[in-house]
Amino acid sequence: MSAMRIDEVPSTNEIKDEWFKKRNVENSDVEDITRPSLSYWKGAWYRLLQNKLAMFGLIFIILLAIMAILGPVMSKYSVSYQSLQEQNLSPSMKHWFGTDDLGRDVFTRTWYGARISLTVGLLAALVDLFIGVIYGGISGYKGGTVDSVLMRIIEILYGLPYLLVVILMMVVMGPGLFTVIVALTITGWTGMARIVRGQVLQLKNYEFVLASRSFGSPTLRIVKKDLIPNTIGQIIVQMTLTVPSAIFAEAFLSFLGLGIQAPFASWGTMANDSLSAILTGYWWQLFFPAFFISMTMFAFNVLGDGLQHALDPKLRR
Amino acid sequence: MMNFIFRRLLAMLLTIWVIATLTFILMHAIPGSPFNSHNGKQLNETVQKNMEMHYNLDKPLPIQYLIYMKSVATFNYGPSIKHPNDTVNSLISDGFPVSFELGMITLIVAIISGLILGVLAALKANHFIDYVAMTIAVLGISIPNFVLASLLIQEFSVNLGWLPPSMWTSWKSEVLPTIALATGPMAIIARLIRTSMIEVLTQDYIRTARSKGLSPFLIVMKHALKNALLPVITLLGTLAAGILTGTFVIEKIFAIPGMGKYFVDSINSRDYPVIMGTTVFYSSILIVLLFIVDMAYGWLDPRIKLHKKEVS
Repeated sequence: MSAMRIDEVPSTNEIKDEWFKKRNVENSDVEDITRPSLSYWKGAWYRLLQNKLAMFGLIFIILLAIMAILGPVMSKYSVSYQSLQEQNLSPSMKHWFGTDDLGRDVFTRTWYGARISLTVGLLAALVDLFIGVIYGGISGYKGGTVDSVLMRIIEILYGLPYLLVVILMMVVMGPGLFTVIVALTITGWTGMARIVRGQVLQLKNYEFVLASRSFGSPTLRIVKKDLIPNTIGQIIVQMTLTVPSAIFAEAFLSFLGLGIQAPFASWGTMANDSLSAILTGYWWQLFFPAFFISMTMFAFNVLGDGLQHALDPKLRR
Repeated sequence: MMNFIFRRLLAMLLTIWVIATLTFILMHAIPGSPFNSHNGKQLNETVQKNMEMHYNLDKPLPIQYLIYMKSVATFNYGPSIKHPNDTVNSLISDGFPVSFELGMITLIVAIISGLILGVLAALKANHFIDYVAMTIAVLGISIPNFVLASLLIQEFSVNLGWLPPSMWTSWKSEVLPTIALATGPMAIIARLIRTSMIEVLTQDYIRTARSKGLSPFLIVMKHALKNALLPVITLLGTLAAGILTGTFVIEKIFAIPGMGKYFVDSINSRDYPVIMGTTVFYSSILIVLLFIVDMAYGWLDPRIKLHKKEVS
């Protein structure tokens, strides 16, 4: 491949042997494929494993999930257990994360909060998936009038200030975990629907879909076999990024007093209750909920970023 | 173009109408009336009747809806139920300038600092500075604003005593709320700028600019940044919405007398006129913002033709 400058090009058309060098290769491995061929998912998984930050996120989420299940069980205290003799104790062997101003065990409440946060995040992502994929799929696949009508509806929903709707729902249904989830999903699915619609709109005109259709495949088969598998990467990424925003929204609402109510604990309510801890110096009351909510959001964000890079064939290095 | 603006204006009015109607329906679906407990005391039945009459709550729902629609159209929501001496309009005109100031300063700080971080990261892509900038950005996205606010108060007000922990009196008191509120949007902007900047820097016209001998600084400022900014502008509407809702919580923590406080209070006390007034007001502002952003986008990027139907 060595480029030859114009003035070096010999005037004759004769090809000389010394221009070429014999490559020292044994004949046997010429035909070999140097890298094992990877399926799409294996390749994506391999690329994800290379991404240290994303792996950290994944491991953190798994550990958090385990602690969310086991933490409240492991502890001797219940979420609502109060002991007036044990107010504002600093972390010790008896209370690993200390106690709050009502003598409640911060360790138990932190993991209970993890349960709430993970439940809210996962359910919000699942409902997003369900409504968003169906809505976006129909909109993109049908096209035409159906598409315009469905997209106008989304535009109006998009114009609705997200948290205002959530807060209004809280007012109507009363605060609580169920309300938080319902309220979050009412406006949350539009992003997913837009992404799926854009993908489907593009994919349905590709040759392989046309081929499938000309073989007489029913619509359902085209959707299941051709459209969804080619959109799934983006769907997964979108889901991973929905989780932290749902977790944030729940904590935000609970912090304002519009979310989870006492005696149950959420990281948002714990942070709100312990705001005064800044002045009193009981740092652990604020530190643990604040630390875990930030770390959880960080973990989901870096995992989402990592997945985006791993699943997008265009970003392959 | 005019056709497009007209259609958008129509859609905006429709959206505001939907929001107003939704708010009305939701408000009246709530069990309980604002007079159920007046300062903790049960009201005399006749007094309650008279109160309801005064606020038109005794009329059938469709009539109430019409009265309400009239107040939305004329931007006159009458007095607050819980604070009868204040009208909704006066609450808004008291609180909004403060919230608006906080929001605007935040937006400006977020854009400038996000730009600097993002450009630095893109120019030094995959080097130390990039990693530092992007770590700051991911942390900024991950730490909720109310957590950050508490940490800032802890450090700068309690431990160091440099800045006041609350109120809205001097420029000093504006520093902490602004930082707490601006960090999230800053991080989003920085990441966006980095991605689009890296892409823009590989374009042919950047190579042309470089080959004609422009200094790297001029290339970034004159050629690259202009195009890398476009995705940020599309996001401005969403960012503004985030900052707007963020003010609820920040105003609460720092005891800032803005509109967010009235809004959250009004929800907890079922103050119908205030809830409706502030909701419609907030949504209108957001919708107008989204509209301006769309217009600005078409104006800045001639490749986008607004009057044509959007593809993809």
